[in-house]
Amino acid sequence: MSLRIVVCVKYVPDATGDRHFAEDLTVDRDDVDGLLSELDEYAVEQALQIADEADDAEITVLTVGPEDAKDALRKALSMGAHKAVHVEDDDLHGTDALGTSLVLAKAVEHVGYDLVISGMASTDGGMGVVPAMLAERLGVPQVTLLSEVAVADGKVTGRRDGDAASEQLEASLPAVVSVTDQSGEARYPSFKGIMAAKKKPVESLDLSDLGLEAEEVGLEGAWTKVDEANERPARTAGTVVKDEGEGGKQLAEFLAGQKFI
Amino acid sequence: MAEVLVYVDHVDGAVRKPTLELLTLARRIGEPVAVHLGAGADAAARTLAEYGAVKVLTADAPEFADYLVVPKVDALQAAFEAVSPAAVLVPSSAEGKEIAARLAVRIGSGIITDAVDLEAGAEGPVATQSVFAASYSTKSRVTKGTPVITVKPNSAAPEAAPAAGTVEQLAVSFGSASTGTKVVSRTPRESTGRPELTEAAIVVSGGRGVNGSENFSLIEGLADSLGAAVGASRAAVDAGWYPHTNQVGQTGKSVSPQLYIAAGISGAIQHRAGMQTSKTIVAINKDAEAPIFDLVDYGVVGDLFEVVPQLTEEVKSRKG
Ligand SMILES: Cc1cc2nc3c(=O)[nH]c(=O)nc-3n(C[C@H](O)[C@H](O)[C@H](O)COP(=O)(O)OP(=O)(O)OC[C@H]3O[C@@H](n4cnc5c(N)ncnc54)[C@H](O)[C@@H]3O)c2cc1C
Ligand SMILES: Cc1cc2nc3c(=O)[nH]c(=O)nc-3n(C[C@H](O)[C@H](O)[C@H](O)COP(=O)(O)OP(=O)(O)OC[C@H]3O[C@@H](n4cnc5c(N)ncnc54)[C@H](O)[C@@H]3O)c2cc1C
Repeated sequence: MSLRIVVCVKYVPDATGDRHFAEDLTVDRDDVDGLLSELDEYAVEQALQIADEADDAEITVLTVGPEDAKDALRKALSMGAHKAVHVEDDDLHGTDALGTSLVLAKAVEHVGYDLVISGMASTDGGMGVVPAMLAERLGVPQVTLLSEVAVADGKVTGRRDGDAASEQLEASLPAVVSVTDQSGEARYPSFKGIMAAKKKPVESLDLSDLGLEAEEVGLEGAWTKVDEANERPARTAGTVVKDEGEGGKQLAEFLAGQKFI
Repeated sequence: MAEVLVYVDHVDGAVRKPTLELLTLARRIGEPVAVHLGAGADAAARTLAEYGAVKVLTADAPEFADYLVVPKVDALQAAFEAVSPAAVLVPSSAEGKEIAARLAVRIGSGIITDAVDLEAGAEGPVATQSVFAASYSTKSRVTKGTPVITVKPNSAAPEAAPAAGTVEQLAVSFGSASTGTKVVSRTPRESTGRPELTEAAIVVSGGRGVNGSENFSLIEGLADSLGAAVGASRAAVDAGWYPHTNQVGQTGKSVSPQLYIAAGISGAIQHRAGMQTSKTIVAINKDAEAPIFDLVDYGVVGDLFEVVPQLTEEVKSRKG
């Protein structure tokens, strides 16, 4: 029996670039290069490993984002995913977490799934809420923040390393899983993978394909509003001393002056 | 006055500090009603009342421990329906954010995560967030439904404000989704006796420069002399030198202590994302060009194996 896996991947501005807000207080995407959120590479990797263990599995990577978000899909396809779905619509600009989870839920249902795999958080919004929202909307178990995951006999099992305890979890499929960056290094696309990705199908969907109205998403439909975004002033340069044998003592003097000792 | 639901984070009734911060912030926008799930409600109620809870809604059931997240959402939703609050505040832990996320979907309300400050506004609570590795500070609002807001630890100083703290049982009926994800086993973490990383006033972190798990005793020694928590960079964690639960950064804990000391850490953007809002930042690094020095209030360019022991000795002798 085939296992249908959908991996949610987000296209994000490069965190090492100079990220800015645009005029309308959404993320300025023209100013800095975008890429597949590094934390979603771990989700793609786990999907590939689960597919390897299954007799017959198909991995679809799914993104909701602008035109350029295709880059994120290509990267995931070159890692080894089979096909891609791109939800793209001008009315999506400014969608918040509730809206994103709504679009993802519709798209996942459109594709058909036994297992949805997400990253633990995006590297831009970084909320870490979309997987739980998706499980709520789909009405399937959430098996989230896993550092280890396996699928067998219609069940997903995994380890969740929380603050107070490490937990072993189990749920029946279909389910929504999210994985952390402790789940195992993501593979680099091979040259063969990159060439193969060019031929893999990318399906484009807009809001009407998903039965959604423009008012339900985007800045207009958002449940939240950003009123202000202010760049923090750079920290004023502090004192830096070179250790000439007394560095620890000098530092202690500073800490005492600040009343930490 | 409008009521504000506050989700209580506790260990068997011992209320954790971020909840006291939430109660303090909640009073800016209304009257706090605390929601305590699991054991220890009586002990917790005394603390919650001391910090301003007018009411404590409590429920205890095996489901809270036996299944992941959803039973707690069912209970918080029951509290929401019983109270019709002006806002719901939840601590920004990994689990807290998931509980808040599902509640927001159920009640059709917007959500703001990782607020670092909260104030009353003309159109409802206004949350301050620190985003893009703390390079921007934003002010946001929930515009539809009842604001669901998760708040980071160390966002406010807890202020006592005695209130009634009347304890009431909350009737919870668990939905079919609540038993979807079974917690098959649970291995509690051993306590180190050191302060909780996210709550500590001082954090001492070690990175790749510490060069080995055995050398982390140096970092621990300095931390203990200052009564601090111990943190680590991802490089140190990935090398297996220190547990992942102590990782500071984007995919680890985000900390905002009075004092952060980074030893042998270069200051990559993902590490900075988790510590840049610390009040005072100190670094010890042998590379004068390390980006961490751009952030510091005081930096020492030197070998941590020389500087850290000397500092620890000096702290100990000054403290007598
Ligand atoms: C700095 C900043 C702050 C923000 N604050 C808020 C806020 O307080 N409230 C709010 O409602 N919105 C907020 N947003 C918007 C929010 O980031 C987006 O709506 C986003 O699509 C969902 O949240 P996230 O990226 O944080 O996802 P997370 O919940 O962190 O993402 C977890 C996983 O969900 C999947 N995923 C997320 N988005 C997509 C996507 N577009 N396509 C495919 N998979 C996806 C990925 O697998 C990802 O790893 C903020 C955005 C930014 C840039
Ligand atoms: C998606 C993603 C998420 C990430 N999340 C995190 C995160 O949560 N937290 C995190 O920390 N990183 C995170 N990282 C990794 C991050 O990019 C860096 O790789 C990491 O922070 C580097 O750790 P470091 O500073 O200890 O090591 P390095 O960058 O190798 O720096 C070591 C420093 O130690 C100094 N040093 C060496 N020997 C000595 C000595 N004897 N005395 C004094 N100084 C010495 C060196 O000069 C150097 O500056 C993430 C990366 C990605 C891609």
